[in-house]
Amino acid sequence: MSTDPTEAARTAAGSAAPAGSAARTAGSAACTATGRTGRTGRTAAGRARDTGTVRTGADRKRIHLAAHFPGVNSTTVWADPRSRSQIAFSSFEHLARTAERGKFDFFFLAEGLRLREHKGLIHDLDVVGRPESLTVLSALAAVTGRLGLAATVNATFNEPYELARRLATLDHLSGGRAAWNVVTSSDAFTGENFRRGGYLDRADRYTRAAEFVATARELWDSWTDPGPGSPYGTPRRFAHSGPQFEIEGEFTVPRSPQGHPVVIQAGDSEEGREFAASAADIVFSRHGTLEAGRAFYTDIKARLAAYGRKPADLKIMPGVTFVLGDSDAEAQERAAGIRRQQVSPQNAILALEQVWGRDLSAYDPDGPLPAIDPDPDSRLVQGRVRVADPAAVAAGWRALSEAKGLSIRQTVIETTARQSFIGTPETVAAALDTFVQTDAADGFILIPHLTPGGLDDFVDQVVPLLQERGVFRTEYEGGTLRSHLGLPEPVRKG
Amino acid sequence: MSATRSLHLAAEIGGPPHYDAEWYVDLARLAERGALDFITLQDSFGRPGPDALAVLSRVAPATERIGLVPAVTTTHTEPFHVSTALATLDWVSRGRAGWLVGVSATPAEARLFGRRRAAPAAALWKEAGEVAEVSARLWDSWEDDAEIRDVSTGRFIDRDKLHYVDFEGTGFSVRGPSIVPRPPQGHPVVVADGTADPAAETAVRHADVVLIGAGRPEEATALREQLLARAAAHGRDPGTLRVLAALTVHLGDGERPLDPGLESAPHTTVGAGGPHYRGGPAGLAELIAGWHGAGAVDGFHLTPAEPRRDLERLVNGTVALLQHRSLFRTFHPGGTLREHLGLARPANPYASAGGAR
Repeated sequence: MSTDPTEAARTAAGSAAPAGSAARTAGSAACTATGRTGRTGRTAAGRARDTGTVRTGADRKRIHLAAHFPGVNSTTVWADPRSRSQIAFSSFEHLARTAERGKFDFFFLAEGLRLREHKGLIHDLDVVGRPESLTVLSALAAVTGRLGLAATVNATFNEPYELARRLATLDHLSGGRAAWNVVTSSDAFTGENFRRGGYLDRADRYTRAAEFVATARELWDSWTDPGPGSPYGTPRRFAHSGPQFEIEGEFTVPRSPQGHPVVIQAGDSEEGREFAASAADIVFSRHGTLEAGRAFYTDIKARLAAYGRKPADLKIMPGVTFVLGDSDAEAQERAAGIRRQQVSPQNAILALEQVWGRDLSAYDPDGPLPAIDPDPDSRLVQGRVRVADPAAVAAGWRALSEAKGLSIRQTVIETTARQSFIGTPETVAAALDTFVQTDAADGFILIPHLTPGGLDDFVDQVVPLLQERGVFRTEYEGGTLRSHLGLPEPVRKG
Repeated sequence: MSATRSLHLAAEIGGPPHYDAEWYVDLARLAERGALDFITLQDSFGRPGPDALAVLSRVAPATERIGLVPAVTTTHTEPFHVSTALATLDWVSRGRAGWLVGVSATPAEARLFGRRRAAPAAALWKEAGEVAEVSARLWDSWEDDAEIRDVSTGRFIDRDKLHYVDFEGTGFSVRGPSIVPRPPQGHPVVVADGTADPAAETAVRHADVVLIGAGRPEEATALREQLLARAAAHGRDPGTLRVLAALTVHLGDGERPLDPGLESAPHTTVGAGGPHYRGGPAGLAELIAGWHGAGAVDGFHLTPAEPRRDLERLVNGTVALLQHRSLFRTFHPGGTLREHLGLARPANPYASAGGAR
């Protein structure tokens, strides 16, 4: 699992515009399987018109929507004149209020615990710097009333007692709107900022995550129900003894409005899928194409029965990007423009170096790809998810470059993380609906490319169309995030 | 010290635990109406109550001016998290954050984490000092103008203005830089108890606001002078410290005649949990005016014995009387907690050092 779900969802980044002129930035999130393997083709919106078993009428699934704050990732275009602070509270407030105006299920924050490095230097081409998630969400609870508030928090560099307490506190302060995206890290690079260092073996990441979540649930369940004379209930002693944690005592926070905050999982490995099926309420997935989405969806939902869970108990929400326009052609043009902003000459070389694991600064971004092969043991890139199979990715990039006569920069633009949904509001609404009705997803975590206004048009133009289709709420029905998601109350143990 | 220096007042808003935001928002707004410098919220892993920093973060958008000072303990929390959470509180409150430094001393608290045994107070406070030190370095690890958004070179930051802190403490190390850009105040205001060692040693090294427990103004004067001298010995300018007398106040007894002399201490008693005042709001105003007028302290940190009742009487009675006598501000002229306290925004040593690292 990555410390930042959007990180794994992309290989690299870059921007457009000749040096010395306009905007540039980096990469993009919500990358599709297609993008990562270097296959070109139609956008998700186009593919969504493919056939599938489409639900109709009263049978139609309701779509769930979340808003990912655009920050430290390669989707975010910081050089756009409309781009504002990634750290000022006003930016967070704007995006959260917009999401709540759009009746979204929740607002999502990624996490960073060490600034990313490239070639031993702090990466400076993307947005750098962000606030601590749970503290921002506590403040956002004051300026929103219904919106779910999800924080990514690393289980490696926290302890169950303290994190369970912070999450339960947020759930109380927000009236039942807290969610936790569980990630772990085994990298010693991030560990250099912590007492514990990078002690965790890669193989133990999910072991720790699973025991961490189970322990947190024991703590959340440890108070009695409220009764006469005890409006909050009373604490009961807990004792947990396991391979990762050996703790006992009393929890300081009563059972929270949701019972347990909503748990999100974002890993895609076999262990990650199993962990999600056993313990998560939401999967933040990266399968942005219809086919990959359906395969993932089927796989995950089939795993639930083994844990006594129903298919509806776990929501699958891919992280996706979008570009709107007055016509599909205009939207495509805009999307291409954003890709050029995201993949500058500098960022194209950086993207290449992330795959090759070598210093390629001598290469011309407008020239051909390097003839040398990637270094499989490279430690060039720190603080972000490594490309799984650099040799295969490089081979795919080369094949594409040769077939279409593309330069380094053009190849990076083609292969990394194109936008998921591109078109008129009608086109995008229809495509999103098709994804959900054909069981490629239960909803989406939308990743805008502008801070903080990147969600404005979607809320104003696409949400009403989804509402007209009868697949998205027109008002919040309940007060808690669980109620928005239609999730059952957690079963209380002990 | 001159008796004409500004009077600073702060109040604790904790007490029997509450978990709903409205309870705390109401108390914070009440304190803000009294133009107090800041509110504190105590916290402990060892007794029921919500996470204090989260509560005051929730309070931040619901208030405008008042300083927000949660207790954050350093024994079991990662120093990096302490630093980034406080920096974030400063961002969401637009420069109103402070940090009441605390430690977790009991074996029961240690067992909640299962990571280390309970340690002697001296070791815990030494570590708290190290956490304060590394926090300050992390806050400074971004120069104020590190974010450049230079479109021509494609650089969002000037990486030469970000700094590794490479802190090596007794029991931990931190590489840095922070993930959070330098907070609006530069450093959130550090508040610590200076009544006795070993906590006092941490306070004189790192605190901007030092709280002292004293039953009589002479004691306070002596303690304050001693603390300022110790701070000076550590190379600090004593003028950058504020010393507040900590006092628990029971204002439920109504007014009784009070001898205006400073020794009129039938109303103040020193017991477990520090000095207590029992009496009416007017008597408390007399006491505050007397101690401050004599130059014993820079102000008071008041803990209402019964949170809502005593904070209301404090604001509507005591503070109103002090304002009427022009001894206390009627509004917050500044926007940040440092401005309320008359403390400058700290310079960034990395910036003056210049260059990368």
